[in-house]
Amino acid sequence: MDATRIIVAAAIALASASVAHAADAPPGAASCSGCHAASASVQTPVPPLNGRPAADTVSQMAEFKSGARKGTIMDRIAKGFTEDETRAIATWYEQQK
Amino acid sequence: MRTTRRQFLKTASAAALLPMPAIAQGAGPKVVVIGGGFAGASAARFIKKGNPQIGVTLVEANPTFTACPFSNLVIGGLRDLRAQQFGYDKIAASGVTVAIQPATGVDAQGRSVTLGNGSKLSYDRLVMAPGVDLRWDALPGYTEREADVMPHAWKAGEQTLLLRSQLESMADGGTVIISAPANPFRCPPGPYERASLIAHYLKTRKPKSKVIILDAKDAFSKQRAFQQAWQQLYPDHLEWVSLSKGGKVNSVDASTKTLKTDFSDFKADVANIVPPQRAAAIAQIAGVADRTGWCPIDPVTFESKLVPNIHVVGDAGIMGGMPKSAFSANSQAKVCAAAVTALLAGQTPVEPRLINTCYSVVAPDYGITVAGVYRPKDGVLADVEGAGGVSPLDAPRENRALEAQFADGWFKTITGEVFG
Repeated sequence: MDATRIIVAAAIALASASVAHAADAPPGAASCSGCHAASASVQTPVPPLNGRPAADTVSQMAEFKSGARKGTIMDRIAKGFTEDETRAIATWYEQQK
Repeated sequence: MRTTRRQFLKTASAAALLPMPAIAQGAGPKVVVIGGGFAGASAARFIKKGNPQIGVTLVEANPTFTACPFSNLVIGGLRDLRAQQFGYDKIAASGVTVAIQPATGVDAQGRSVTLGNGSKLSYDRLVMAPGVDLRWDALPGYTEREADVMPHAWKAGEQTLLLRSQLESMADGGTVIISAPANPFRCPPGPYERASLIAHYLKTRKPKSKVIILDAKDAFSKQRAFQQAWQQLYPDHLEWVSLSKGGKVNSVDASTKTLKTDFSDFKADVANIVPPQRAAAIAQIAGVADRTGWCPIDPVTFESKLVPNIHVVGDAGIMGGMPKSAFSANSQAKVCAAAVTALLAGQTPVEPRLINTCYSVVAPDYGITVAGVYRPKDGVLADVEGAGGVSPLDAPRENRALEAQFADGWFKTITGEVFG
């Protein structure tokens, strides 16, 4: 009985593991924290992304991409991501504390 | 959602006490990281963060890291070297074992790394981030001994201070010469940022002096943006001599501080030689460097194309379109960390996207950038077309000031993420 219980527990654990991986950073997201500090203690004029509403990040990126918003560098970076890629990154950052 | 994995690991080890002795012993997979710069320190930290059950050991020869980005500000008298220095305490506190030892050997078959003190570390996966070695055999007349007279200052620390002190002792009216190598080398815009900040120092402190760049190339990173800035800021203090104008230095004579090109001899009061480079020696020892001297990698996992279970990140790698910058190194390390974590869990790493952002400070209130977005394509990291590029020439002057401020923010952010 104990063995069965262990196997069931292990199966549940494995299922949770795959869910955990689904929550891993989507392609491109890891690079952002090179400039957008993950820690609030860093003093920088660059705005944080952690906890920022995804819709806001998506619309800012769209404006950078279209040229509606002039940036120093984000206009050049935004052009490297599709709308879907940007949304995935923005959604992930919204969930980060 | 974010705690799910940690809960899983807790659950798994509790549930599996008897039937899975490997986990019960707490003997998770082992990763060794060689090199504690931007690439290696990032990789160690993010692998541990990605799965705390992985035993991560960071092997680094020096107890203090001295960052190269912004070290040109130290040379130009605008920054203290101590602002460039970082320890490994926070990395150790995050659960990474830090071994302050040189890595002297890699046994790829037996999967172990030998340290300077003779001890061995076994690994399931090895991440190599050894950076570059300066080639003392590539420029006649320039060996490690001559670097005491004509500093390279291409590894930050004592060499940075030596070049700065030579500039400080130089009489007004002197000539500073920088020799810039052919591609590839660490920090492609570095010689030009350095020339800019030396010109800034000369213009403000020794206005009858001049800096000359003798270049083994006809084109360089952020070229038009640099040249625009030089025209505006340093028309009388900075001169660039391209390859086709006879800029390639063929040999040097340290006793007279002379740099010899095809057409003439240049006599310097202060000579800064940036020699050709290759991946650091341990990469050759491990067999991950090819005949070019650099390390070919798979662009999804950063695993060596030559030796299995060894990954290479940072300046030592052949990274396709990505330049050898600290931002690239950190960006690659985070992708590599996720890939290593996935591979050790028996999962397939996802195809990544990477970014590079590289700031150059031309004057305290004048910054320029190059950026790029990269994806794996045909086995290499290729530029995503239509993205990236250099600060536009027609950008308003206030953008240059903003980019100088953002440069400062970038340095604080990246060093905070890696060492803070």
